[in-house]
Amino acid sequence: MSTVANTLTDSATMLRRNLKHQRRYPSLTLMLAGFPIVFLLLFVYVFGGQLGSGLDVPGATHGGRGAYLTYVVPGILIMTVASAALGTAISIATDMTQGIIDRFRTMAIARAAVLTGHVIGSLLQTLAVLVLVILVSIALGFRPTANPLEWVAALAVLGLFSFALIWLSTALGLAAKSVETASNTPMFLTLLPFLSSGFVLTATLPVGLRQFAEYQPFTSVTQTVRGLLVGGPVGSHAFAAIAWSIGIAVACYIWSIRLYDRRRAAAAS
Amino acid sequence: MTIATSAGSAIRAVKVRKSYGDHDVLEDVDLTVAKRTIFALLGPNGAGKTTMVRILSTLIRADSGDIRVMGHDVEIEADAVRAAIGVTGQFSAVDNLLTGKENLQLMADLEHLRRDAGRNKVAGLLERFELTDAADRLVSTYSGGMRRRLDLAMTLVGSPQLIFLDEPTTGLDPRSRRTVWQIIRELVADGVTIFLTTQYLDEADELADMVAVLDHGRIVAQGTPAELKRRIAGGHAELQFAEPIALRAAADVLPNATPDNDQLTLQVPGDGSVASLRHVLDKLHDARIDVASLSLHTPDLDDVFFAVTGRPTTADADHEQKALQS
Repeated sequence: MSTVANTLTDSATMLRRNLKHQRRYPSLTLMLAGFPIVFLLLFVYVFGGQLGSGLDVPGATHGGRGAYLTYVVPGILIMTVASAALGTAISIATDMTQGIIDRFRTMAIARAAVLTGHVIGSLLQTLAVLVLVILVSIALGFRPTANPLEWVAALAVLGLFSFALIWLSTALGLAAKSVETASNTPMFLTLLPFLSSGFVLTATLPVGLRQFAEYQPFTSVTQTVRGLLVGGPVGSHAFAAIAWSIGIAVACYIWSIRLYDRRRAAAAS
Repeated sequence: MTIATSAGSAIRAVKVRKSYGDHDVLEDVDLTVAKRTIFALLGPNGAGKTTMVRILSTLIRADSGDIRVMGHDVEIEADAVRAAIGVTGQFSAVDNLLTGKENLQLMADLEHLRRDAGRNKVAGLLERFELTDAADRLVSTYSGGMRRRLDLAMTLVGSPQLIFLDEPTTGLDPRSRRTVWQIIRELVADGVTIFLTTQYLDEADELADMVAVLDHGRIVAQGTPAELKRRIAGGHAELQFAEPIALRAAADVLPNATPDNDQLTLQVPGDGSVASLRHVLDKLHDARIDVASLSLHTPDLDDVFFAVTGRPTTADADHEQKALQS
């Protein structure tokens, strides 16, 4: 078998292993889904009345709670992607403490297979959680105007960004010395959606923060998804979102593989 | 003729060195393991046994040295080495979140066995390792002995030519220990080469064709179990007496024995054979001396260590722990 075919077969085997883990221990998946849903309810029902009154955005008929729901759902979807990526760092770090990783390393299996199995597993998990969060939003009254093609495009952008953050989380999980560290270091990912256009208009932010918010990747992704689902400009945001995603994914893939190889060299004591 | 020799050996390691910081874990270790034999690396905790296994099995790199495993260089041809070996480490390398059967199937998939061949292999190994009844239970519910058996079964899925067993019976009850020994013998009968590490001389004695004693990262003795034991003076019989007068009388009859006046015991050096024991007892019988009880002390790792290094093993373990903590 060729190297490429081996990599694919071995990655598929590792993916099956990770999906079995997820199915057998659904608590992590439920936690990943619960977190954004709680924030959705909190922001719509507690803060929504106040925050919505100042809104004038495309897709929102008039101010108030309903308008804020329409505004915040794309932000919540980005938050879902970010918090789900957190789970990857934890499961990678946990896996690295298991003896079976050493067994994999003494077998002639494709080098990246252990990691890609985790990454694809997490990506599928994130997509499942995203669908759940979207269904809850619709149940709460979210009425997107997107046509099927826009839906597919929105999910593709979310999926690509998720892929990038999962590779980032993989690298952080590998870099962590313990499972506890691995669950803490990617925490900043859950903070970044708040410092973007996800929850409030960037125009309302003080100057320094506004500049940060306007140029950080979460804003481009949020604006792209928002534009696709409820209307509004997409063009330059979409370009930035895709560029950010590919850039982060490639950099963190290389970083992860290096860390995985280095752990192999250091795993003696 | 190096090439011819290495082609005939399962392992050929020359001047292997490895250190962590200032701590030298392995210093110029030379090893040769012939194909289809059992080689035992004997040593106390922290002697460097696990590090040696990890280097030979491509998990870590040596700082220097020339190492060929099944004819392949461990650094340049790591994948060829990996394809030929199987490793069962000291800590169980099983997936706790899967069932026993799923663990074996995972190995079959990673070895790229065809679907039906893989299934047959898995069923056969479950049967052989007495795990058929527990096949569909999660491994997290397995006992220590079952995990060790599953671990070994997983190593065998790929039909390796050379198997590394790092302390395969540490922590096992006597019955499971016997089972593991039996399996190891069967594997060698099938043509597999075994490299095992152990803290127990009796295990090396029972199984190995060749034994190397590792101490502080150096090979301090090497040979067949019989050769090694000949170097050890630790074997003795211990006689217990009821009266001090009996002890004194016995000490007169057996001049090379060491009396202990407080415990009323007499240590009689010997090789533990029935003939030598009968000789001792006959002498006591002829002198009409009553022996309250008798116990036999066979040479163990402490004795080997004492014989080849001049110090007991416990000090070693302490030293090593300090080295690991620093």
